[in-house]
Amino acid sequence: MNPAVAIENVTFAYGDKVAVRDVSLTIEKGDFLGLIGPNGSGKTTLLHLMLGLHSPDEGSIKLFGEPVSEFEHGERIGYVSQQATSRGGTMPVTVREAVTMGRFPHAGHSRLSDFDYEIVDDAIETVGITELADRRVNQLSGGQRQRAFIARALASEADLLALDEPTVGVDAESRDEFYRLLDSLNESGITVVLIEHDIGVVTDRADHIACINQELYHHGDTESFVESDALTEAYGTSGQVVHHHH
Amino acid sequence: MNGSLRRPLELVGIGLTALLAVIMIAFVGLEWLRGYGYAEGLYDQFIIFGQWMDVYLGTNVFSYGFMWRSVATAVLIGIVAPLVGTYLVHREMALIGETLAHTAFAGVAVGLLFTTTTDWDGSLLTAALVVGVLGALGVQWLTERTNTYGDVPIAIMLTGSFAVGTLIISYGRGLSGVNIEEYLFGSAAYVTTGGSQLMAVLSLVVVAIVAVTYKQLLFITFDEQAARVARLNVTWYNTLLIVMTAVVVVGAMQILGVILVAAMLVIPVAAASQISHSFRETLILSILFGQLSVLGGYGIAIHQGLPPGGSIVVAAIIIYLFAIFGSSQSISALSTH
Repeated sequence: MNPAVAIENVTFAYGDKVAVRDVSLTIEKGDFLGLIGPNGSGKTTLLHLMLGLHSPDEGSIKLFGEPVSEFEHGERIGYVSQQATSRGGTMPVTVREAVTMGRFPHAGHSRLSDFDYEIVDDAIETVGITELADRRVNQLSGGQRQRAFIARALASEADLLALDEPTVGVDAESRDEFYRLLDSLNESGITVVLIEHDIGVVTDRADHIACINQELYHHGDTESFVESDALTEAYGTSGQVVHHHH
Repeated sequence: MNGSLRRPLELVGIGLTALLAVIMIAFVGLEWLRGYGYAEGLYDQFIIFGQWMDVYLGTNVFSYGFMWRSVATAVLIGIVAPLVGTYLVHREMALIGETLAHTAFAGVAVGLLFTTTTDWDGSLLTAALVVGVLGALGVQWLTERTNTYGDVPIAIMLTGSFAVGTLIISYGRGLSGVNIEEYLFGSAAYVTTGGSQLMAVLSLVVVAIVAVTYKQLLFITFDEQAARVARLNVTWYNTLLIVMTAVVVVGAMQILGVILVAAMLVIPVAAASQISHSFRETLILSILFGQLSVLGGYGIAIHQGLPPGGSIVVAAIIIYLFAIFGSSQSISALSTH
């Protein structure tokens, strides 16, 4: 069985500035991988490389066994970016419209069918925002908005969910709910890759952890990570570590 | 407005707009086919109908084919400009239309130079269309390389192409008798048969393309990165959008002029975005507001004997102000609950 993501000896630089150096990492189907590292450590870059938003300078990346540059099944990947970067800010788009976008890679240029709309309704229900479906996305709170983006990934029937610090600016209670939702999606078989600056959340939720700072400092299950020195090595003594105690 | 009434009203409005567009395209088509079979007779019926309109309205406008041509062009501008503009505004590319209009102006200048120095007798609009589309591809190329629709590449293209245009016109001055003001400020009386035919064809093409690519354009507008991850060919759709913009701008330039053309891409959309609940509704309201601006502005222009470009834009801004007022009303109504 092919792994969900297979990264081999990948190096990527923005001009002269190396962001990711010789990283090899395999994410099996059904994994919940927490990707951590200090600010500017290249974790978002690594995620973008996995998704095919950048091409590696060296090394290879495969998604579900296919080279990422040739991977055409966009509907299999759900992507939730930091909410500050998505444009929903001013645009009049309803939650239902945003979630329906998950069906677009399936439909291509043809019309959406009743079946598509059923899947959209189900996805909205799964993330628990049915009563907000006709609201504009920019009228939602941060947590609700990120749920809408998760619903979009569900509507596209993604089996890999990539999230880049999805709960920045979301209040603590909604954040816990959000991570419970991620847990249950992972239990239903969806592979999750999560970038999160709060290491407490990651060690609580993820079953595997990859700790990077340009290079990969640790990759393994959560227990081995907690016991290792990877954290101090990657973050150094001056690095800021956010700990979230439960 | 009462929500249950709002949707049927919007649909009626869109239906009427579509009907008007069909009639106007029919007129352009009849004029095109004059001399073939029934077209001549039908065309004459149109003009007779216009004479009756003049009698009842006390005007002296609708009896003339060239005025119908101009109205037809304006009505179609009122549809396609806000249609394309809805995507542009929400991609934060509001000034791209202005830029491409200036590029098209350089095209007019090039066309003028060619017609006066060679025996090429193509229309100036064709030259504007070619140079406008090249300009669009140029802007797209620049933004791909600077990685943003920032205002710097836009400012460079806008002023640069206008500079080239003025140079060519100054160089060729005296060689031609064409009045460049028609292109700068637009004119009701200056829409040629070729111009109205161009507008009719490009309107059909643009509406068809948006109908087919509605979903893709919406996705890249809303969340470009997620659209890339979903393996949409974002570069291709961006290029398509910007080329459509260039085409619409060249068509709209005839009535609105280079300087005012961006207004119809932006103002009706801004008004619609104030009060819409969804993207679909934004598209519908943008077109309705665009059409109201065109008809209202044209009415004023005919009544007062003014060029329609300015009055159309002023009408659009009045609608925009009403929309802001309307949306602040509904927000205060919401917040009291």
